Amino acid sequence: MTNDVTAQAPLKRASATKEKVVTRGLNFYYGQTRALKDVSLNLYEGQVTAFIGPSGCGKSTLLRVLNRMYDLYPGQRAEGEVMLDGENILSPDLDLNLLRSRVGMVFQKPTPFPMTIYDNIAFGIRLYEKLPKSEMDARVESALRRAALWPEVSDKLYASGLSLSGGQQQRLCIARTVAISPEVILFDEPASALDPISTAKIEELIDELSGDYTIAIVTHNMQQAARVSHYTAFMYLGEMIEFAETNTVFTSPRDKRTQDYVTGRFG
Amino acid sequence: MVDQHTVRAYDKDLELLERRIAEMGGLAEKMVIDAMDALAAADTALAHQVVGTDPRLDALQREVEEQAILTIARRQPVAIDLREIIGAIRVAGDLERVGDLAKNIAKRSLKIGLEARVPRAIIGIKHMNDVATELMKDVLDAYAQRDVQRARDVWERDAELDALEDSVFRDLLTHMMEDPRNITFCAHLLFCSKNIERIGDHATNIAETVFYLVTGSNLPTERPRGRQETDIEADAGGEV
Repeated sequence: MTNDVTAQAPLKRASATKEKVVTRGLNFYYGQTRALKDVSLNLYEGQVTAFIGPSGCGKSTLLRVLNRMYDLYPGQRAEGEVMLDGENILSPDLDLNLLRSRVGMVFQKPTPFPMTIYDNIAFGIRLYEKLPKSEMDARVESALRRAALWPEVSDKLYASGLSLSGGQQQRLCIARTVAISPEVILFDEPASALDPISTAKIEELIDELSGDYTIAIVTHNMQQAARVSHYTAFMYLGEMIEFAETNTVFTSPRDKRTQDYVTGRFG
Repeated sequence: MVDQHTVRAYDKDLELLERRIAEMGGLAEKMVIDAMDALAAADTALAHQVVGTDPRLDALQREVEEQAILTIARRQPVAIDLREIIGAIRVAGDLERVGDLAKNIAKRSLKIGLEARVPRAIIGIKHMNDVATELMKDVLDAYAQRDVQRARDVWERDAELDALEDSVFRDLLTHMMEDPRNITFCAHLLFCSKNIERIGDHATNIAETVFYLVTGSNLPTERPRGRQETDIEADAGGEV
């Protein structure tokens, strides 16, 4: 286990160095419906940023823009700029496969492939690299270790991924994402279908992955946002209402709407 | 004022805290006034009454703390709610101390009641107490109304009390030098003036809490001083 300073500190301190992802004037449309309105946001390298807000506020939409997941659906389009290391990922001539290898995603419901635990990890790697068996074994092990799943599955790598518990399946999905060494990982409510212990394991994992990866997490659980993130973005009706260090958002938010939301006074 | 919570029982929890603080404020304020009246008029019945009120104040402080801890455990408060609750804990602590200081003045009035040798020495102390009472009243109003300006005002006016303490100190020294038989009496009064000055400090603390509670930021650590540090030896020692 890594023991970096952030993991030991009682409170997370944002220590932003450089912007990894920058959106400027981002608008998003589901057909005629404008779901994101002029969203400007920075994701800082190696930091965890939480997106919070009531249902339908656009936080999941924003997450889906960051790896162009929406491209899979007709009638959905994004306008504006989303810069990943200075390169606009909304550009039509972008290599989507390359983008998604750099920006990984973990979904709300665990989505293991109906194959062995080993292949769940190896599958993604094979899409991008051709590796000899011994090297592949090492990559699979290191990904499973990174996702804190190795001790639980090392003796049953060839069992089906679907035989694992919900929490283990979710960590398998995280291992699968980590296996292809992305730079950014997007989590869409990764723990909302899990019990408290599994949730704590996921949060611990996010904590460990931060530093090495730039992380964005959508969550409905405000305490979770407060616990895992360095920065918090509060969204409402498609707008970015407040973006600040998490410590600020949960002690003295600037905007009244943010305050009403985090204190449970909304609507 | 802020809107209601979706879970209304949460509002009830916070209201309960606020009511307890208001009750504590009323008690502490009355104790400060009564202790001084008992001292000035050598009224032993009133002094006993002040001493007898203190346990109620202590009990209320415990109640505030328990209620605050329960609310934190149950509701995981954040932002303004968290500041409200932390504020309540702090203010309750300050008010409890104010009660102790008033009780101490009442006890001293019982001791010196019969040998009040230089009644005019009490005038300065009485004046100090009037200022302290006003600070208490204003800061409690500021707390009740979440009035930052008023809190800040109290915070600045405490300097006045510090200046008064200086002059009372000199005054009492003079009486003691004039006639050594005044020493016991005046020494008690010295402690009383110190107690009143501390009551002012607690009012200042509450003002700082109100400021933090409303704005989420802190007043500067240094507040305006009303006296030269060299005038009085370092503020050593606790109450006697």
